[in-house]
Amino acid sequence: MSKSTYSRRRVLKSGALSGAALAMPTIFTASSASAFTNEPTGDTVTFGFNVPQTGAYAEEGLDELRAQELAVEHINGIGDGGMLNTFSSKALDGTGLMGKRVTFVTGDTQTKSDVARATAQSMIQKDGVIMINGGSSSGVAVAVQGLCQEAGIIFMAGLTHSNDTTGKDRKANGFRHFFNAYMSGAALAPVLGNAYGADRRAYHLTADYTWGWTQEESIVASTEALGWTTTNKVMTPVGAGDFSSYIAPVLNSGADVLILNHYGADMVNSLTQAVQFGLRDKQVNGKTFEIVVPLYSELMAAGAGANIQGVYGSMNWNWQLQDAGTQAFVRSFGEKFGFPPSNAAHTCYVQTLLYADAVARAGSFNPCAVAEALEDLEFDGMGNGPTTYRGADHQCFKDVLVMKGAESPTSAYDTLEIVEITPRAQVEYDPEHPMFTGGALGECNPGA
Amino acid sequence: MDAIIIQILNGLDKGSAYALIALGLTLIFGTLGVVNFAHGALFMIGAFCAVTMQKLLTLSTQTIDPEKVDFLGKPLVVDTPYVVNWFGPETGAAIIDWAVPLAILLAIPVMILIGFVMERGLIKHFYKRAHADQILVTFGLAIVLQEIIKYFYGANPIPSPAPAVFRGSLDFGVWIGFEANQIIYPYWRLVYFAFSAVIIGGVFAFLQFTTFGMVVRAGMADRETVGILGIDIDKRFTLMFGLAAAVAGVAGVMYVPILSPNYNMGMDFLVLSFVVVVVGGMGSLPGAVLAGFLLGILQSFASMNEIKSLIPGIDQIIIYLVAIIILLTRPRGLMGRKGVMEG
Repeated sequence: MSKSTYSRRRVLKSGALSGAALAMPTIFTASSASAFTNEPTGDTVTFGFNVPQTGAYAEEGLDELRAQELAVEHINGIGDGGMLNTFSSKALDGTGLMGKRVTFVTGDTQTKSDVARATAQSMIQKDGVIMINGGSSSGVAVAVQGLCQEAGIIFMAGLTHSNDTTGKDRKANGFRHFFNAYMSGAALAPVLGNAYGADRRAYHLTADYTWGWTQEESIVASTEALGWTTTNKVMTPVGAGDFSSYIAPVLNSGADVLILNHYGADMVNSLTQAVQFGLRDKQVNGKTFEIVVPLYSELMAAGAGANIQGVYGSMNWNWQLQDAGTQAFVRSFGEKFGFPPSNAAHTCYVQTLLYADAVARAGSFNPCAVAEALEDLEFDGMGNGPTTYRGADHQCFKDVLVMKGAESPTSAYDTLEIVEITPRAQVEYDPEHPMFTGGALGECNPGA
Repeated sequence: MDAIIIQILNGLDKGSAYALIALGLTLIFGTLGVVNFAHGALFMIGAFCAVTMQKLLTLSTQTIDPEKVDFLGKPLVVDTPYVVNWFGPETGAAIIDWAVPLAILLAIPVMILIGFVMERGLIKHFYKRAHADQILVTFGLAIVLQEIIKYFYGANPIPSPAPAVFRGSLDFGVWIGFEANQIIYPYWRLVYFAFSAVIIGGVFAFLQFTTFGMVVRAGMADRETVGILGIDIDKRFTLMFGLAAAVAGVAGVMYVPILSPNYNMGMDFLVLSFVVVVVGGMGSLPGAVLAGFLLGILQSFASMNEIKSLIPGIDQIIIYLVAIIILLTRPRGLMGRKGVMEG
């Protein structure tokens, strides 16, 4: 009778370790045959478009999806090619990507971080996507970017404006083309100074989450640098609906400017209600009371109707720009869908093309090769003038638009007018600027 | 002092909406014993009746303006509303301007019809089921209604302004002895408060002073005895469901200049209104109205910077905090009747 050398405790420990290894999600491990996560093996390669298709930002998400679909068509050689005709890089020739036809799957983030992570994870695990693009909220973008970093997938952020996305939450596998709150402040402040003077008292109402906090911080810093004072900063719950309780104290606060750090339906409601409370008819400190909405979107402008007239804000891009890239994209999009694209659609379209271009130039789908091809990329012809994808933080630097609600719009699409194209030099900053510190890109993760 | 008065006005305004929705919830619960979680959706559908009226009044003929171009550089298609063609530019524009109040004429029959269909088609099958089942099915119905509205109208808020004459704000302070420009309050919010008072008064008068209302009240107190007397109380209760839907609907119509309608707006009001009903006392109509205004005012005060600096986040929890305190000290709510939801 032989005596076993395995104790019960040892068997249990071995079993537990084996079980844990088997249970470990496959997205965090590459198969032995692959050099990186979801290496394409057939004649197609799949992109994942993770956008809000239900919930408060659904309209914006659906517009992003239209643009993403258009970008895939252009990469595959369908349609008129859009911005591929004006893009300074000529690596994409309309025959797919590295001999493979591009397909895509979509996920509905519902603008909820947990749902967005779940849909992204499903796209990575079940659909084998090689890249994820999309989003209409910074909270969602930060969450999905973190997941993509862990999984070894490239994340090409959609609409995300918080400084944190390429600041404290920056990741080596994540890239942002959209501008950020710091840039909004840097572009807006001089225009506000010219329009309203250097002696103003500002009252901030701010959405209580990452984007609102960083936008408030940025706008406070840029307006105080002008000489303005900040009388109060009040956090408001996201989705508050009725903001009257927050607007009423503004009336006799001594402030003569109200800055609404709100987005989407919150901005529509807070601006509408502020106008109803007569703020824009008020005279305070011998000046006309003004309202500023630092971040605009076309859909918000449509929702706010006439209340937006004369109100300043900023945008990443607008269809009314006259450069060749913008006109090519607007023509493609407008012919296909019957209306001009939003700036959310534009950034997703550009990000999809930029990713594909980087793959073509790198000659590989390996996320680390793609990341290297994107870092410090200089390009033009995509609607914002000469642009750099800065390698230090994966943030695009380009011109920023200062907008104003049109006084007499001629259609449903020109409710905003371009006041100024702020040159990119004015919105640039050091990667270690205090508003962007606290995080590090880390190492690119190929998932191997 | 001026800040306190403004917050009281705000509270009355918010309370008006809560009270109107809670009134309908209570009418349905008191008559049919159903906890209707689709009631917020009825408020939302009312709001979209206003949007529909705007769309109907702006139905247009299309002509080509060869001198102007659209965003693609093609000749511009110009829309001219039929009402402008029929009544001339000034009268036509005035009719379109009054789309929101005019929408009440559309909302009343539409909401009564929806109420009828909801009650006969679905909810009557759940009368004898547990409240949990009722909540589940009506909550599901609310989501279905939301998605239907989103399919037809999209997810973006739709601007629905008040008539131009009510778009400004009133210098309320000078009426009560304050200096000019100290207490400014939007005209439309005052209109909404007055409108709510009329609707609430009308519902109470209907229940108090009509034979129909008397029978309904008797049925709410003792359904079986009224049935034994040969009165078809079920039919009257169905009509009350329609009435409750209409109250929620017109509350939604008149709220759209304050809150641009979107498909999700009903859910925000539903939860708060349900708390209002519980605080007021399940089945108590005066309790629902009283609690609606009380919680509206408390919520407004809790949003004041001075209060929030003392207790951060209090504006988000005040209603639930008060609900807990009231239910601990008065388990039936402020004006709840004995025996309701106690069996």
